Order: sequence, then C-alpha cells, then structure tokens
Amino acid sequence: MALSQDVVLAGIKEIVVEVAGIDAGLIAMEKKFTDDLDVDSLSMVEVVVAAEEKFGVKIPDDEVTKMATIGDAVNFIVANGK
Amino acid sequence: MALKFDQTTQNARILSVGAYRPPRIVPNSEIVDRIDSTDEWIQQRTGIQSRHFASADQSLIDMATIAAEIAIKRAGITAYQIDSVIFATISYPYQAPSAATELLVRLGNTKAAAFDISAACAGFCYGVALANDMVRSRTSKYVLVIGGEKLSDFTDPDDRATAFIFADGAGAVVIGPSDEVGIGQTIWGASAESREAIVLEPSYLEYKNNPGKLDLGWPNISQQGQAVFRWAVYEIAPVALKAIEAAGLTPDTLAAFIPHQANERIIDSLAKSMKLPDSVAIARDIRTTGNTSAASIPLAMDALLIERPDLHGKSALLIGFGAGLVYAGQVVELPPKAL
Repeated sequence: MALSQDVVLAGIKEIVVEVAGIDAGLIAMEKKFTDDLDVDSLSMVEVVVAAEEKFGVKIPDDEVTKMATIGDAVNFIVANGK
Repeated sequence: MALKFDQTTQNARILSVGAYRPPRIVPNSEIVDRIDSTDEWIQQRTGIQSRHFASADQSLIDMATIAAEIAIKRAGITAYQIDSVIFATISYPYQAPSAATELLVRLGNTKAAAFDISAACAGFCYGVALANDMVRSRTSKYVLVIGGEKLSDFTDPDDRATAFIFADGAGAVVIGPSDEVGIGQTIWGASAESREAIVLEPSYLEYKNNPGKLDLGWPNISQQGQAVFRWAVYEIAPVALKAIEAAGLTPDTLAAFIPHQANERIIDSLAKSMKLPDSVAIARDIRTTGNTSAASIPLAMDALLIERPDLHGKSALLIGFGAGLVYAGQVVELPPKAL
C-alpha cells in the first residue's frame, strides 16, 4: 500500500523534532528546512537517514540537495515509497 | 609433513596508554578568516573549539616518540622488551622505510618487528586488532600500537571543508599478556565503493609524469563531508553494537565509549542510535584536540582516564572509521592505573 501524505508528514515531523529539537507545532509542508526551521546541512543528513529507515525508501544525495521544504521531502517519499 | 606451530593461546589486554599533543593551541579564531567562517559555525557543525598544531620543525616521529615513551613507562617495561611496533598513520611523508622503523631508532630498540598500516581514522583500531592477534598467537609478547598524525602538513588552510577539522598529535598503547580476555573480537570491514569520499592526492606519479606542472598543488586531504557524515551515522552504529555483542556485553553494561573523534555530531548520533545510557562515559576530546585521524582514539582514551580515573580497568568500546571507507571496532578493558 502506498504511503499517504498525512502519514509521511507525521513521520517526518517526528524525525525533525527528534533530530533538530524543533517544536512540532512549527513544522508544516511549506516550511523551509534551512530558513524557517534552522535545520543545518548535517541535521538534514540525519533527517534523511532516519526517513530512509522509517519509510524504506532510498533518498539519493542529489535529491537531498533539492529538498528545500518539508513538503519536498514528504512528496519525494510519497512518490518513491512502497 | 605438517609444520609445527604453537597452538596454545595467550590472552591480551591494553597495559598502558600514552599521549602527546604539541604545545601550540590553535583556536577557531585563527582558522576562520581564511575560510570565511565563524567560531560559532565550526563549533555547531563539529564541536571543535581548538586544536593543536605541531611546529614546522616538530615531526610526526618527534610526537610519536614522546607518546610511545610514556606508554612504555606506564606499562612498567622498557623499550627493549617491545617485540613489535605497529604504526597507524596517513601523514608520514615517506613511502619507505616505514614510520615504525624510524620510531624504533628513536626508542633505541632497533630490533623489534615494525611496520605501518594505512587505515586512516580506523588505523588505531586495526592496530589493536592485529596486536591482540599477535599476542594471542604468541608471535609477540609486547606490541606497541601507535596512532600518530601531523595532518597540518596535508591540510589546505583555505579549504572550507577541511581546514577547521584536522589536527596533530600522537597516542600509543602497549598491548601484552593478560590472565583474562582484555580485548574483545574486532568487527571490521569497508565500504570501498565510497573510497573517493576522502582522498589525499595527487599521487607521486602525477608529479613525475607532469614535471613542472605547478597547478597540481601540494597533496592535501579532501573530503566530501556530508557523504562521510551520512555513512558514519548510518553504517557505524550497527558495527558498534556487533562489537559490544561480540564481547559478551550490552550497551548498558559498557563503562565508556571512545569513538574516533571525527565530529561531535557523529559521536552524539552514534550514542543515540546505540541507545547508550547516561552511565556510559563518552569521550569528547574533539572539542580541544580536533580530528587527529589515527591518533584520535588513544588521545581521547588518555584524556578520558585523566578526567575519570575510576574508568581504569573498565570496559570501553573503541570504534574507528574513515578514509577507505574503512571501519573497525572492539571492546577493550581500559588500561589499569600506571604502576
């Protein structure tokens, strides 16, 4: 069964809270990792590694660099997850 | 006809540790101007506040000799009793003869078996694995394992990816016979498909084949920081857990965690992935020593034992990982208090 956007968003929210210590209430689809949430490049790597594990999806490095917002990450996982 | 080989084994342990950091302390403020960075940025990304650089006339072997002499003295033996020297380094500036043989000359014992190993930041743990096997199989009684680096010679002070990371220093342990098992099984391997992630180039041949070509530059370390970070946080925790299990322990029965001091964020991530309880002391020598590659684990071990003398004789997980990409981890009993 494909992953729904809601499920993935909830999962990403959990990961970003855990990795970067950000208040869950601040995390939404349109929020930018760097500018809005202060997630730096190394935290981004940790988010990606955790998301790969959680959703069983491979996120290549060149895709990571394209992920500016929470929504970008959620959409990639929904499109490529199983 | 079958050959003869003594089949009896001898348990081994780390008998002592010695460390040497060159006197010049280099704070982030001395690094930042050439890489357009800030103290805050470096601390946030790596945990590093300062590091030590050797002077131009202080060689890798100068540093290694001091660390080795301390370790030998603390083991209660003399340099003449050392049967083998294993030198882990990537910054000895000669292909041959080895750093280990130069160290032998400096220690005044020119007869021991001696060789270098190239396993970068995993080099010290590779050395511990070899030394353990050598003592166990009775091919040596006392083995000196040195991790030493003068990385300031091979780091570009204008490289925004590496200038603030690498540093100089040397650490040594003496491994020798023990009544009990003092070194657990080593879990080691590589992810060589990613060997381009950390390189020290160009090679000697590129200079030979391109005489006078000035833009080849000096051989410096270059690193794809995020790729290495990703590998370290993803691949190394399972290796660490295997090493703990192989030694018959669990994360909550471990006394200390002394990983390669690559980046404090990697150390935090590994501790979290392994679910290490607060009771486990974590070495964070990187803050004031930087990343000294093969030297980082013995340097961090020495610093932790100075800070926490109660950890002498207790169990510690060592894990090294770096250029190759290669890794090795083992649980050891920390050396007892010096005699």
